[in-house]
Amino acid sequence: MTHALELNNVSVALEKTPIVQHIDLRLNEGDIGCLLGPSGCGKTTLLRAIAGFEPVTSGQISIAEQLVSKPGLLVPVEKRQVGMVFQDYALFPHLTVKQNIAFGLKHVKAPERERRINVLADMLRIGELLHAFPHRLSGGQQQRVAIARAMAPKPRILLLDEPFASLDVELREDIAREIRDVLKQDGITTVLVSHNQLEAFAMADEIGVMRAGQLQQWSTAFALYHEPATAYVADFVGEGVFLPGTVIDEVSVSTELGILHSDQNLGYDIGALVSVLIRPDDVIHDDDSPATAKVLEKAFRGAEFMYTLALDSGARIQSLVPSHHVHAKGMQIGIRVEMDHLVVFPMEA
Amino acid sequence: MTGLLAFKTAMIKHGAIIAIIALCLLLSVPVLTVFSSVGASSGGVWAHLADTLLWDYIGQSLMLMTGVGLLVLVLGVAPAWLVTMNSFPGSRLLEWALVLPLAMPAYIIAYTYTGMLDVTGPVQGFIRDTFDLRFGDYWFPQIRSLGGAITMLSLVLYPYVYLLSRMAFLEQSVCVLEVSRTLGAGPWRAFSRVAVPLARPAIIAGLALVLMETLADYGTVQYFGVSTFTTGIFRTWFGMGSSIAAAQLSAVLMLFILVLVLTEHWSRSRARYHHTSSKYSRLPQIRLVGVRKWLALVFCAMPVVLGFLVPFLQLAYWAWDTRHLVDFSAFSELLFNSLRLALTAALIALVLGMFISYAKRLQPNLTMRSSVRVLSLGYAIPGTVIAVGVLIPFAWMDNSIDAWMQQRFGVSTGLIFSGTLVAVVFAYIVRFLPVALNTVDAGLSKIRPSMDDAGRSMGMGSWQILRRIHIPMLRGSLLTASLLVFVDVLKELPATLILRPFNFNTLAIRTYELANQERLTEAAASALMIVLAGIIPVIIISLSISASRPGHDART
Repeated sequence: MTHALELNNVSVALEKTPIVQHIDLRLNEGDIGCLLGPSGCGKTTLLRAIAGFEPVTSGQISIAEQLVSKPGLLVPVEKRQVGMVFQDYALFPHLTVKQNIAFGLKHVKAPERERRINVLADMLRIGELLHAFPHRLSGGQQQRVAIARAMAPKPRILLLDEPFASLDVELREDIAREIRDVLKQDGITTVLVSHNQLEAFAMADEIGVMRAGQLQQWSTAFALYHEPATAYVADFVGEGVFLPGTVIDEVSVSTELGILHSDQNLGYDIGALVSVLIRPDDVIHDDDSPATAKVLEKAFRGAEFMYTLALDSGARIQSLVPSHHVHAKGMQIGIRVEMDHLVVFPMEA
Repeated sequence: MTGLLAFKTAMIKHGAIIAIIALCLLLSVPVLTVFSSVGASSGGVWAHLADTLLWDYIGQSLMLMTGVGLLVLVLGVAPAWLVTMNSFPGSRLLEWALVLPLAMPAYIIAYTYTGMLDVTGPVQGFIRDTFDLRFGDYWFPQIRSLGGAITMLSLVLYPYVYLLSRMAFLEQSVCVLEVSRTLGAGPWRAFSRVAVPLARPAIIAGLALVLMETLADYGTVQYFGVSTFTTGIFRTWFGMGSSIAAAQLSAVLMLFILVLVLTEHWSRSRARYHHTSSKYSRLPQIRLVGVRKWLALVFCAMPVVLGFLVPFLQLAYWAWDTRHLVDFSAFSELLFNSLRLALTAALIALVLGMFISYAKRLQPNLTMRSSVRVLSLGYAIPGTVIAVGVLIPFAWMDNSIDAWMQQRFGVSTGLIFSGTLVAVVFAYIVRFLPVALNTVDAGLSKIRPSMDDAGRSMGMGSWQILRRIHIPMLRGSLLTASLLVFVDVLKELPATLILRPFNFNTLAIRTYELANQERLTEAAASALMIVLAGIIPVIIISLSISASRPGHDART
C-alpha cells in the first residue's frame, strides 16, 4: 500500500519553541484527513510543515513516497506540488477568477489550460464567475475559487487551513459535504485543519485529534467516537461524562448505574478503580426502570431534549430523550443504561 | 566543489542582507564624513567661528525655530480641529485645500512676497499713491528679516502639523469625545482638555518635522540675510574656503537634527498607544451658525490664501507679464535638466526602495530591520549637510585618482565624481530614498503574507512572486513613491546648488539665481513650474488621508 502522505515522528519548532512533537500519521491515496483540535494545539503549524513553509526539527515527511522534510532538508514549497487553500483564501485581488485559477498553470499549454479551468469551474459551480474580480464574490464563492486555484495544477496533495472558518455557521456542514464530494470526484488526497468536529466528521475519512502539540489519536470518525484512545479524545469528540467505577471481572465494571458489561476484555485488574465513558445516547429514559435521576438542566434540540441528570451521589450524566417526553426540572425520572461496548480509562488521582 | 556550493548558497541566503548593509554604509558616507570632521584641524577657522559667528548661527537658528514652531501650531492645529469636527461654508473644500501650501517651496514664497511687499513692490506703491506719501513717511514691516523668514517658513510648513493633527483627531474614538461631552464639557473644553492632549504626540511629531525643514532651509534665510546654520555652512565653505570648518558646522547642525529625529520617533511611538477604545463611528460634525461660521471660514481660509493662493496668483501674473522675455530654448533646457535629474533619482529610489522593502519582507530579522531604519533617516539630513558630506569624499577620491594617474601615466583625469551629475543624484538618493522606501514599505505591509504563501504553493519563486503578485498589486504605491521623489528633487535647492556641474542649471537653480539678481518677475516662469509640479503630491496626500479613516472601508 502506498501512502500519499506519511509523517514519522515529526516535530516542528517556531523560533525555537517546540510547537508540535512526535507526530506519526499516514494517509492513503485519495483519502481526506483532518487535523482536529482547539486553537493553539499546533494543527496549523503541522499543516504548514507538510506544505513546506516550516522546517521540521525531527522526523520525516514524505509526500507520494518522496522524502520532502527531515532535519537539514526542506524541499521548497514551490517544488513540492502541494496545493493550499488559506484561511483568508488569499485570492489575488488584481486578477480575475479565471486568472487566479490559471495562476499555477503557467507551464501548461493554452488549450489544456482552458480545459482544466472549465473542468474545475463546472465541478465547483463557478462558471458564471470566471470574469469577476475576487472582491465581488461572497465568502462561499471565494472559497470555491480558492479551492479551484489550488487544485488546478493537479497537486499531489491538497491542504486546507480552516476552510470553513470564514463562512456562516449554518452553511458550514452543507458546504463541507459538498466540497467533500468534489474532492472525492477528483480523487485528490487532502488534509484539512479544523477546530470543529462536525466539519471534520462531514469531510474526513481519517481524523487526528491534536492537543498541545501531540497527536492523540489518528483514526476514523466512528472509532474516535466509540473507541477513543485517550480521555481527552473522549471528552473532545462528542458529548459525555465519566462515571467512576470498579472493575469486577474481565468484562464488567460496577458503577452507580449498575454493573455494565463490555463485549471485549477490558484489560484491567479486578478491583481497579476506573472511569467509564457514558455518552448521552447510552442513557435511555424508561419510566419503568428502578434507577432514577433528578433533572438538572434540559436543552431543547428539536427531535430530542438533552437532559443533564444528577444521580443520588451527585454525579452528573447526560441523556438524550425524545422531545415528546416532557419532564420539569427537579423531577426524578427513571433511566436505564444500554451499552455493549465500554470505554474505560484509569481513574485520575 | 562543496566549498563552492556552500559559498553559493550562503551568497543566495545572505546576498540581500550584505547588499543592504553595503547600501547603508554607502548612503551613510555623507553623515559619517561630517561627524568624522569633528576632531580635524581647520587651520584656525573653527576657532574663529566659535569666537564670533557660531553663537550668532545658533541664536538665530533657535529664534527661527521658536517663531516657526509657535506660528505653525496656530496655523496647523486649530484649522485641523475646525474642519474635522465642525461644518461651515467651505469646510469640505478647506479640508484638503489646507494642504496646498505644501506645494510651495519656502524659497519661492519668500521671493514672491519680497517682490510684492518690497519698497518697489505693488503694495507699498499702492499705499504711496493712495495716501500721497513718500518712502520713509510711513511704517511698513520689513519682509527681509527674521520675522519675515519666520512668517514665510510657517506659511508653507504648517501643513505637516495640520496633516498629523487632523489624522489624530480623525482617529480619536468618538466615544472618548462623547464621554467628555456627557461629563459636561462644552465643545471648546472637549477640544482643549481631551482632543488636543490625546493628539499631542501627533502634533509634536508634526512639529518636529516642521523644525527639521526649518533647519534645512537655505533659500529663504539666505535671501533674507538671516544667519542660520545653513547660511553659515555656505559662507564658511565658499567665503572662508574651509571645507573642514563647514563640515564641523554641519556636525553641530546634525546634533540639533538628531534631537528632533528622536523627538519625532518618540512621539510617534507614543501616538500608537494612545487609543483606549477601538469603537469608531462617523464623526458627528457640529454645524456652526451665525458669526461663528464666518469666523471659522476666515480663520481656516487665511493660511490657504496667504500660503498658496496669493503667491500662486502673483507668480502666474508675473509669468504672464514677462512671457515675452522668456527665452524658450533656454527655458526648455532648464526643464529638460530638471526632469532628467528628477526622473533618474525617482527611478533609482524606486528600484532601491522596492528591493530593500521586499528583502525585509522575506527576511524580517533584526539586522534587516535596523538597516532599513538607518536608511530611512536620510530625510532628516539637510541638503546642505549632505552636499558638504558628499563633496569632501568625492573630491578626495577624484584627487587621489588624478594624482595616481598623473604619476603612473602622466594623464590628468580631472573630476570624475565631484562636480558631475553622479554626485548630485547620489545626494538626492541619500535624502529622498526614505520617501520611496516608506511609501513602498507601507504598501507592501498591507499585502497579507498568505498571498506570498499562495504564490509559493503554486510553484512560484521569490522573484516570480514579486513580479506577478506584488508589483501588480503595488502599482499605486509604486507610482506614488516615484512621484513623491520626483517632485522633491524638482524642488530641491541647496544640495543641487553646491554639487551641480559648472554651468548646469535647473528650474530651482535658475529661480534662485534670478531672485538673487533682483530679477524676481523673470523668475516667475520657473517658479510656477515647480509649484505646479508640487501640487501633485498634495493631491496624493489628500486622497490617501481621506481613505485612511479607521472604520471607513479602505478597501481598494
